[in-house]
Amino acid sequence: MKIPLNPPLTKGDKKKQKPRIPPLLKGGRGDLTCLLSFFLIIVFLSPLLANAAETWSGYFAVEGRYFLNDPIHPGQRAQQASIAGQPEFYREWETTSFTVAPFFRIDSADNERSHFDLRELFVLWYPGDFELGIGVRKIFWGVTESQHLVDIINQTDLVELPDGEEKLGQPMINLSILKDWGTLDFFILPYFRERTFPGRKGRLRGTLFVDTDQSRFESGAENHHLDAAIRYSHSLGDWDIGLSHFKGTSREPTFLLEPDSAGNPTLIPLYEQIDQSGIDLQSIIDVWLLKLELIHRSGQGASFQAWTTGFEYTFTGIFGSKADLGAIGEWLHDSRSEKTTPFEDDLMLGLRLALNDMDSTEILLGVIQDLDAASKMISVEGVRRFGDHWKLEVEALIFVQQDQSDLLFTQRDDDFFQLTLAYYF
Amino acid sequence: MKRLVLLLLPLWFVPTISFAETPEEKGLKIAKEVNLRDDGYGDFTASLKMTLRNRQGEESIRVIRNRTFEVPGDGDKVLIIFDTPKVVKGTAFLSFTHKIKNDDQWLFLPALKRVKRISSSNKSGSFMGSEYAYEDISSQEVEKYSYRWLRDEDYEGKAAFVLELDPTDPNSGYTRQIVWFDQKEYIPIKVDYYDRKNVLLKTLNFHGYKQYLGKHWRPDRMAMVNHQTGKSSDLEWSGYKFKTGLSEKDFTKNSLKRAR
Repeated sequence: MKIPLNPPLTKGDKKKQKPRIPPLLKGGRGDLTCLLSFFLIIVFLSPLLANAAETWSGYFAVEGRYFLNDPIHPGQRAQQASIAGQPEFYREWETTSFTVAPFFRIDSADNERSHFDLRELFVLWYPGDFELGIGVRKIFWGVTESQHLVDIINQTDLVELPDGEEKLGQPMINLSILKDWGTLDFFILPYFRERTFPGRKGRLRGTLFVDTDQSRFESGAENHHLDAAIRYSHSLGDWDIGLSHFKGTSREPTFLLEPDSAGNPTLIPLYEQIDQSGIDLQSIIDVWLLKLELIHRSGQGASFQAWTTGFEYTFTGIFGSKADLGAIGEWLHDSRSEKTTPFEDDLMLGLRLALNDMDSTEILLGVIQDLDAASKMISVEGVRRFGDHWKLEVEALIFVQQDQSDLLFTQRDDDFFQLTLAYYF
Repeated sequence: MKRLVLLLLPLWFVPTISFAETPEEKGLKIAKEVNLRDDGYGDFTASLKMTLRNRQGEESIRVIRNRTFEVPGDGDKVLIIFDTPKVVKGTAFLSFTHKIKNDDQWLFLPALKRVKRISSSNKSGSFMGSEYAYEDISSQEVEKYSYRWLRDEDYEGKAAFVLELDPTDPNSGYTRQIVWFDQKEYIPIKVDYYDRKNVLLKTLNFHGYKQYLGKHWRPDRMAMVNHQTGKSSDLEWSGYKFKTGLSEKDFTKNSLKRAR
């Protein structure tokens, strides 16, 4: 289910100015050299080891976006086109694997959306009772569909899609201990990735431009602060449970409202030090999936709780056909105010129709309704395959009656329709 | 005379009750033997090519790999990795099948790196858009059906037991299955599936059985035809390997995430 994340509004003055720290691989030469030599060592050493198997896979895509309304800000356009790709190299030996997956996008309208990221570059060792992963990885935690509160290891690549489902690669050392009583994961996260935001000419950016070149940090170590996380997860019969704690740099920034050099008000992301505990639970009762994600966070002003809870139900073989229809309902609650989060008290209803035909056609419809106002957001998504290699995706996002008090008000004129054609290999 | 008949009647019935099998008992005995004969394979891996065909003869191909682990006293653990279509490459499916309670199933979605628990109550749902339902490919345990022997007959030159299997689970998409078992090797050679309205829905034929480790019979091809839609799905198995050294540790959520 797709949901736009949005820059929460200002929080006021705080903390010290940071000098510009270049994001990973953009200019941090030390980091880049280190990663490249790591890659080269693996590639050159790998043929020396026996039993190696390697594969290339991935995709390249062209995407067109059309916005239904005139833009609010100067320089913004009604159309946007881009190309993107993510090739992946994988090699495995007896109990070790190596993965590298770079990602790029070149965008016609938004120079912040034109970006490169190393989604994955890691070695995984799995001798049996534990797994050790070192490098840049992507880790997912959680069970709900509308938003992923508990999922905190990776930063959101917000310029990709407003729903926040795309993530940036995160450098880490991850030790997983696999026991009969569950899995215990330890994470050391030595480098922090800043969230990406649309540029001045990009759409879906809200009223105020987010100046990522001026990002600030609570910690003096800035994006080299050593973050850490621990997670316990287990499947017990019809229950799946996860308990987690994160200590370090908040992936979600707060914003400082300050004038830029020309005197225009801009938002400056501030990344504070937080503690976040999370619970994710899923239970299966016959055809029902019942879900809960709950977090408690401190370190960004007053501590707060947020949760998503709901269900998923699937009707199999509707109308005597092979098609399955899934219904999803989730309640999103956040104890912060509507000025800080778009989902302080909202209801998400979704329908997912999988035709189970030869072309794997699927249609998703989602509505998020603010329970305290008329604001709602509708997303429609259709996907089908053409042969083995091609995938066509149609997506539309519509903001209806956004209330002035709602955080998504600033995106009221950013309704869009998007077409993506991707080639997979 | 009448009195004599009445006296004789109980005597005449006694042997029937205590010695002759009912069709239900005979059916259950055959099903147990089928299961027993394949016991002890430990684990196996194989590649599968699935060809979907519609009424117009258009084809679509899926290539998957299968790893199966035998759990003594319970259903198998199965890990399936999708290679083709390339669009879904990297997707993987983990299933802990059980004798009586619902299977535990997880799906790995590679784009999000997400492991999603799914409900196995939808066992009548289509597997990868094919004519196979999840319950057709799940491990066949004795406890999943009640049995009735119908008759013995020759099927394609082989002596066969013909059994009716009634699913014990109300979520099954079938009222009954009619199964032909080879009398010599106790392996299924044909299945007729009847839908919830008790109308013939599908027929599955097993072809090219080969014996592995001198004990375990596996088909090279399984052909499923849907009589109501004219669609069909062929499953071609290749590269069977038994006792490959897989352990239960290769069938966890973590191993699902790194399955390739």
